[in-house]
Amino acid sequence: MELSGGEIIIRTLQDEGVEYVFGYPGGAVLHIYDAIFRQQAVQHILVRHEQGATHMADGYARATGKPGVVLVTSGPGATNAITGIATAHLDSIPLVVITGQVTSKYIGTDAFQEVDAIGCTRPCVKHNFMVKSIDEIATVMRKAFYVATTGRPGPVVVDIPKDFTAPHIKIPYEYPEQVNMRSYVPVSGGHSGQVRKAVELLAQAKRPVIYSGGGVLMSGADSELRQITRELGYPITSTLMGLGAYPSSDDQFIGMLGMHGTYEANMSMHNCDVLLAVGARFDDRVTGEIAHFCPNAKIIHIDIDPTSISKNISVDVPIVGDVKKVLLRMIELLAEDSRRANPAEISAWWDQIKQWQAKKSLAYEASDTVIKPQFVVEKLWEVTNGDAYVTSDVGQHQMWAAQYYGFNKPRRWINSGGLGTMGFGLPAALGVKFAYPDEDVVCITGEASIQMCLQELSTAKQYALPVKVINLNNRYLGMVRQWQEFAYEGRYSHSYVDALPDFLKLAESYGHVGMKIESPADVEGALREAFAMKDRLVFMDFITDDTENVYPMIEAGKGHQEMRMHPKAGELA
Amino acid sequence: MSKENRHIIAVLMENESGALSRVAGLFSMRGYNIESLTVAPTNDPTLSRATVVTRGDDRTIEQITKQLNKLVDIVRLVDLTEAAHVEREMMLIKVRATGNQREEIKRLTDIFRSKIIDVTESTYIVELTGDSHKLDAFMSSVGDDHILEVVRSGVTGIARGERGLKV
Ligand SMILES: Cc1ncc(C[n+]2csc(CCOP(=O)(O)OP(=O)(O)O)c2C)c(N)n1
Ligand SMILES: [Mg+2]
Repeated sequence: MELSGGEIIIRTLQDEGVEYVFGYPGGAVLHIYDAIFRQQAVQHILVRHEQGATHMADGYARATGKPGVVLVTSGPGATNAITGIATAHLDSIPLVVITGQVTSKYIGTDAFQEVDAIGCTRPCVKHNFMVKSIDEIATVMRKAFYVATTGRPGPVVVDIPKDFTAPHIKIPYEYPEQVNMRSYVPVSGGHSGQVRKAVELLAQAKRPVIYSGGGVLMSGADSELRQITRELGYPITSTLMGLGAYPSSDDQFIGMLGMHGTYEANMSMHNCDVLLAVGARFDDRVTGEIAHFCPNAKIIHIDIDPTSISKNISVDVPIVGDVKKVLLRMIELLAEDSRRANPAEISAWWDQIKQWQAKKSLAYEASDTVIKPQFVVEKLWEVTNGDAYVTSDVGQHQMWAAQYYGFNKPRRWINSGGLGTMGFGLPAALGVKFAYPDEDVVCITGEASIQMCLQELSTAKQYALPVKVINLNNRYLGMVRQWQEFAYEGRYSHSYVDALPDFLKLAESYGHVGMKIESPADVEGALREAFAMKDRLVFMDFITDDTENVYPMIEAGKGHQEMRMHPKAGELA
Repeated sequence: MSKENRHIIAVLMENESGALSRVAGLFSMRGYNIESLTVAPTNDPTLSRATVVTRGDDRTIEQITKQLNKLVDIVRLVDLTEAAHVEREMMLIKVRATGNQREEIKRLTDIFRSKIIDVTESTYIVELTGDSHKLDAFMSSVGDDHILEVVRSGVTGIARGERGLKV
C-alpha cells in the first residue's frame, strides 16, 4: 500500500484505534485535512479554538484512559494549543498532539506562521518529535503513542513540516508492530524488598493513613486500592486528583486532604505514624507548609515516576513501580500474614478520627433567600444519583464540586488540578460526552472561567453534545476574592467581574437551552427539568451568594494542623 | 541543609538535534546549577556523550540524576564523582609575550607541562590540559594583565577501571 505523508498520519491513527481527532485546520496541515476528507475510519471534530481541542482530547483521555489526539496548524495553531498541552502535562494525561510546521526548506527563515513548536512545547511535554522525512512518519507516530501512554503518561507533540505530507509523494506504508527505544524503558514491578518492608511497616502501624492520588486512576488500580484499604481497615484520604478511586461514601474514607481538604483528613495526616502514599506526588497544595508535614510519620511512597519520590518530602520506603502491580503484591503479602500488631491502638485511632469528624468541617450556612453554591452541588448529586461525569473549571466552584459531589467511581471527576487552567471545564466535558454519549456529563464552572473557552458552545451545537453547564455565578473571581479577603484585608483588586453577559440569552444564541435560577427553592426543580432534557445542552446560570468562601482552608505557610474553619463552625456542627 | 558538593555527571544520549536543548533546558527550568556542559559524538555515531558539572546537596543531585534519566533521549548516565575517575579540561590561552614576559611565559609553560602552539612577535597561544584547578592556577600565575583571551573546553571525565558508561 502506497500512501502520502498526510494519509500515513491518518492511517497511523486508525491503526492505533483512535476514534476522534480534535482539531482546527490551517495552511501547514491542509494536506492532512485533505487526507481526513477522503476517509471514514477516524472522525475529526472541528473545535472553535485550539485550546478547546486540547482540553477536549484531555477530557476524553481522562474519562476513558485512552490517549486523546489533537491536530493543529503551525504558528498560532501550535501556540494556542500550549495551555492545553501544559494542562495535560501537569496532570500526566496521555495526549498526542500533531502540529503542522512550515515547509522544511523554510524552517528557520521566519516564514509565514512559523514558530519553533518543538522549542515552545519542550518544557511542557513528556516528549516531542520533529519529523525529518516522510519515511519517519509512521515510526514517529508509533513512538508518540507509546511514550504518551506508558510509564507516567503525558502529552507528546509531533511536529510535521508541510512538504512531508504532500499528496504527490507516496511511499509504502507499514505500521511498526513494535517500538524499540533504548532510551525509554518504563519501570513496572517495584522492588520486592521494599514492598516487603512497606507491608511490615503497615502491619506495625498504630496511627496509619492511606493517602491516594491521581496515579491510582492512571494505573487502573482502584479495585486494588479498595481491596488493600479494606483489608487493612485503615483510614484513607485522597488528593483532588485522586477522588473517585476510593468510594467517597465508604466509612473508611475521611475526605479529601490538603488546602481545602476536611479537618479530619488533615489532622490524621498530621498525627499519623505511618503514611502510605499511593500514586500521589506531595504537591504543595496537599502538603501545606513542608516544615510541618507529617512530623512523626514513616512514609511509604509508591509511584511510577522516580522523580516524584523524595522530590518535595523525603520518604522512608520508596517504591518505584506501577501502582496496580505494587498493590497487588502488597495484598498477597498481607494475605500471607494477616496479623496486625496493634489492634487496640488502631481502634483508638479511629475514635480520635471520629472526634475530628464530629467537627463537621464541611458544614455550611444554609439559606432560603440566597443560593448557596454548596447546596447546588449537593442537589446536583441527588439529581444525578452521584453518577455523573463532572468536569470543572478553576476557582471556588471547583473546590465545592470536589467537596460536595461525593465521587464513588473512578474517572468521573475531571479537573485541572496541576496547572489550574480556567477554561478547561466546558471543552473537557464535551470530550467526555464524545466518549460516553449516554451518560450524564456536567461542567461545574464559574462566570469567569466559563468565558475562557465559551466558544466551544458552538462545537457542542455542531456535534449535538447535550452536556449540562452548572454556572455558579457569584459575580466574582471568587477564589481570588477569597484570598484578598483573608490575606489582603479585603482589598478586592480586580476580582469583581463587571459587565457579565446574559448567560441565558447567550446559551440561546448558540442554539442551546438557557436557564437562570435565583432562588434556593428553585434549585432542585430546575436541575430535574434540565436533566430531563436528554438531548439538549442546558446552560444553568445559578445566581449564588457572592460572599461565600471555601472552608476549611490551610492558609499559606500553615501546616495540616492549623486549618482555618468556617467562622460559625461551632454552631454549624 | 546538607552540604553542596561539586558533581560531574556523564550522560549518554541519542545523537538527536533536540537532545542537548532538553538537557540544558532541564537545568534552567528546574533552577539547577550548571558550571559547565560539554557534548560530542562518541565512537558510536548514534550516541553523544555529555559531561555536566553541577553543584548541589545530595537531595538535589539525586533529583538531577533522576530528572536527566527521565528525559526520553537519554540512554544512560553516571555520576562520576561517586567513585574513582579522571577529569580533564583543555584551555587555549592567548597571552601578551613581549620583553621579559617571553621568557617568563615559556618557563611557566614548562612548569605546567603545557605547550606553546602559536607564536607571534607579541603573543603566544598556550595549550594546557588538566583538572580545572590547574587551569585556574596557570591563569593566576600569568596574571590578568598579560592575558589577552581565554577559551576553556569545560570538563570531561571518565571512570577509572572496569566501571564505565556504555550502552
Ligand atoms: C487561565 C487562568 N488565569 C488565572 C487564574 C487564576 N484564578 C484562579 S481562580 C480564579 C477565579 C475564577 O473565577 P470563577 O471562574 O468565577 O470561579 P469562582 O472562584 O468565582 O468560583 C482566577 C482568576 C487561573 N487559574 N487560570
Ligand atoms: Mg465567580
